[in-house]
Amino acid sequence: MQFDRRQLLLGGVGTAAGLMLPGSAFAQSPATIGTFPEGVTADSVFVGLTIPLTGVFSGDGGDLKLGYELAIAQINAGGDIAQKWGLKGKGVLGRQIKYKVSDTEGKPNLDVQSATQFIQRDKAIMVSGSVSSASAIALEELGSREKVLYMVGIAGSNDITGKNCQRYGFRSQQNAYMAAKAMAPVVAKALGKNVKSAFLVPDYTYGHTVYDSFAKFSAEQGWKQVAKEVVPLGTTDYSSALLNIANSGADVFVNIAFGGDAVASTKQAEQFGVLKRMKLVVPNLSSFQDKELGAELMQGVYGSCDFWWGLQDTYPLAKTFVESFVAQNKYYPRWGAHIGYMQTYLWAMSVERAGTFNPVDVIKAMESSKVQPYETTIGKVYFRAEDHQMVRPIPILRGKKPSEMKNKEDFYEIVDIADGESVMNAPDFFGCKLGPYT
Amino acid sequence: MPSWPVLISQAFNGLALGTLLALVSSGLTIILGTLGVLNFAHGALFAVGAYAAFVLLQYTSSFVLAIVVGCGFMLVLGFLLERIIIRYFYDRPHEDQILVTYGVGIVLVECVRAAFGGNAQRVPVPSWGQGATQMGFLIYPTYRLQLIAIIAGLLLSLYLVLYRTSMGLVVRAGIENPGMVGILGINVRRAFLLVFAIGVVAVGLAGMLYAPVVAVTPDMGANFMAQSFVVIVLGGLGSFPGAVIGGLIAGEIISLTSAFNSSYSEVMLYALMAVLLIMRPQGLFGSEGRA
Repeated sequence: MQFDRRQLLLGGVGTAAGLMLPGSAFAQSPATIGTFPEGVTADSVFVGLTIPLTGVFSGDGGDLKLGYELAIAQINAGGDIAQKWGLKGKGVLGRQIKYKVSDTEGKPNLDVQSATQFIQRDKAIMVSGSVSSASAIALEELGSREKVLYMVGIAGSNDITGKNCQRYGFRSQQNAYMAAKAMAPVVAKALGKNVKSAFLVPDYTYGHTVYDSFAKFSAEQGWKQVAKEVVPLGTTDYSSALLNIANSGADVFVNIAFGGDAVASTKQAEQFGVLKRMKLVVPNLSSFQDKELGAELMQGVYGSCDFWWGLQDTYPLAKTFVESFVAQNKYYPRWGAHIGYMQTYLWAMSVERAGTFNPVDVIKAMESSKVQPYETTIGKVYFRAEDHQMVRPIPILRGKKPSEMKNKEDFYEIVDIADGESVMNAPDFFGCKLGPYT
Repeated sequence: MPSWPVLISQAFNGLALGTLLALVSSGLTIILGTLGVLNFAHGALFAVGAYAAFVLLQYTSSFVLAIVVGCGFMLVLGFLLERIIIRYFYDRPHEDQILVTYGVGIVLVECVRAAFGGNAQRVPVPSWGQGATQMGFLIYPTYRLQLIAIIAGLLLSLYLVLYRTSMGLVVRAGIENPGMVGILGINVRRAFLLVFAIGVVAVGLAGMLYAPVVAVTPDMGANFMAQSFVVIVLGGLGSFPGAVIGGLIAGEIISLTSAFNSSYSEVMLYALMAVLLIMRPQGLFGSEGRA
């Protein structure tokens, strides 16, 4: 018997359609998928953490790691704090969380390598980590391929819940669009509407998406761009770009550089007299930028980030987080630690809501969190079903004068907490198409 | 087309940037030119210098004193590295030298990270260099202006030590024919030790002087190492005057390109290097053959 190709294709499509019908009519999760149920023993589950502990992101990575560890210890102990988050008993569904941390140096290939090891060798039921958007994109793709849940670490690019979004990836940090939309009206109110702005843009996905978003929303506030200096990632001497900015006649200097680059460029901007003549705005503040630059430079600077410890006055769970973190680690957590902490709790809560570690059910529990929002360190939040971006409030900060600081880490005051719902992009705005569950 | 004031500002900035690049590259080129060792720990030593300044500044609270003590520290570090590791590699192939110095670099960077963590440390601009100076239409940081003079002085003294003293002569002769120099009753190995240490001090000093300008992090040297290689390729591998001229050219390329579009500044630098490698592979001041 001979088939021609057309018949074969038609037959295939028909069979596939037939198979899909009962699937969508009676949605049922497969009994085995990814590392489930192999990775769930009677008393424990394994979580793999891919974190840069060396390399350029090691500062943020160290903070992130402490956040994960604090949450895991609290969840395993099953004390008051875990109960406040709504978890029952010790561990997650009675299982202790075991974990390993792999130093990925901030290099996406090492992220993928160690995550693969966690999945294949340790049967990780969940993977989390990353301090760069490039790593997060690689890891969420791996998660979707291996059908293992990936909770995004630090990563601000629009692409993660945009064109690179994945069924198995969930992000709690606001994207660049949300941050810019939340911030623009606040800074325009403080610094004026008729303002000339100069941008310093690091030349990679993060830099460009933050620039696009902030330029768009500041223009809506009447700001006029007079300079845009694009510099390579990891530049050490910004003098030539800063000379152009210094001569641009701008009123506001919008510095998008991140991490060590933010420190170097801001330090040099001050030396070029830029900060005397211009107000500094930082759409996404780096975790330790405050401490690294000092309050003298950071005073009056406007910025936004995932979390600031001052939020403990607003949200009860933030208070328990900050207090337990300080008791353990002797410094105030930055937003890296907060992301690790919150993502771990969100996963644990979703597993308990689903009543199983089966990733498909856990994903569905997270996707339906809009009707049953999570009570967290930043109040009530939920993951959008369409792109897995968290809808969440965004704190807008302003650097305090050294004389206003109540302790040596009291760098910012919270000038506004933007409502998450009002700053969201449409779910398909950045081209997100989530893949299949199975 | 940018205005004349912008072009002139950038040309001046290119000069400042160029002297810095020249100093950073000088340590690399001294060791390569005299000992024939390509030192891949160069970037790490730059960072060690910056951290030395950071620590010593806390104890001495004088920038000048910190730098003087820091140079002593780098000298000792250079001696130790040469005696314990590098001297065994003079006669080994280049690949071995690259591997061992690269390894030394990783160890040094991770030691710094273990001691100080991954976050940037603050080294303030010395009191005598604070603020910006207005020169006509050009505003320029005072400390960077002073650096131009300081570095010019340093480069000149390095040149004199290496090319106008009998020690320099011994070293260069020793590279060409160690056996003959030994027969003449001269201790070549000691001269090699000194040269390596001087190279380490030069790059460490660059790190110390640059610390108030850049972010002091364990990985700060990586970018400088890449740029240093471009500079010494431009100037000619192992040529000291070549490193100075190469540094100035690199500074001007980066800066003047920025007057038009800053995103192309590093691209232009590498493009120039590629063109030069095709037209004149030995670099501007390099000689064909041994490097």
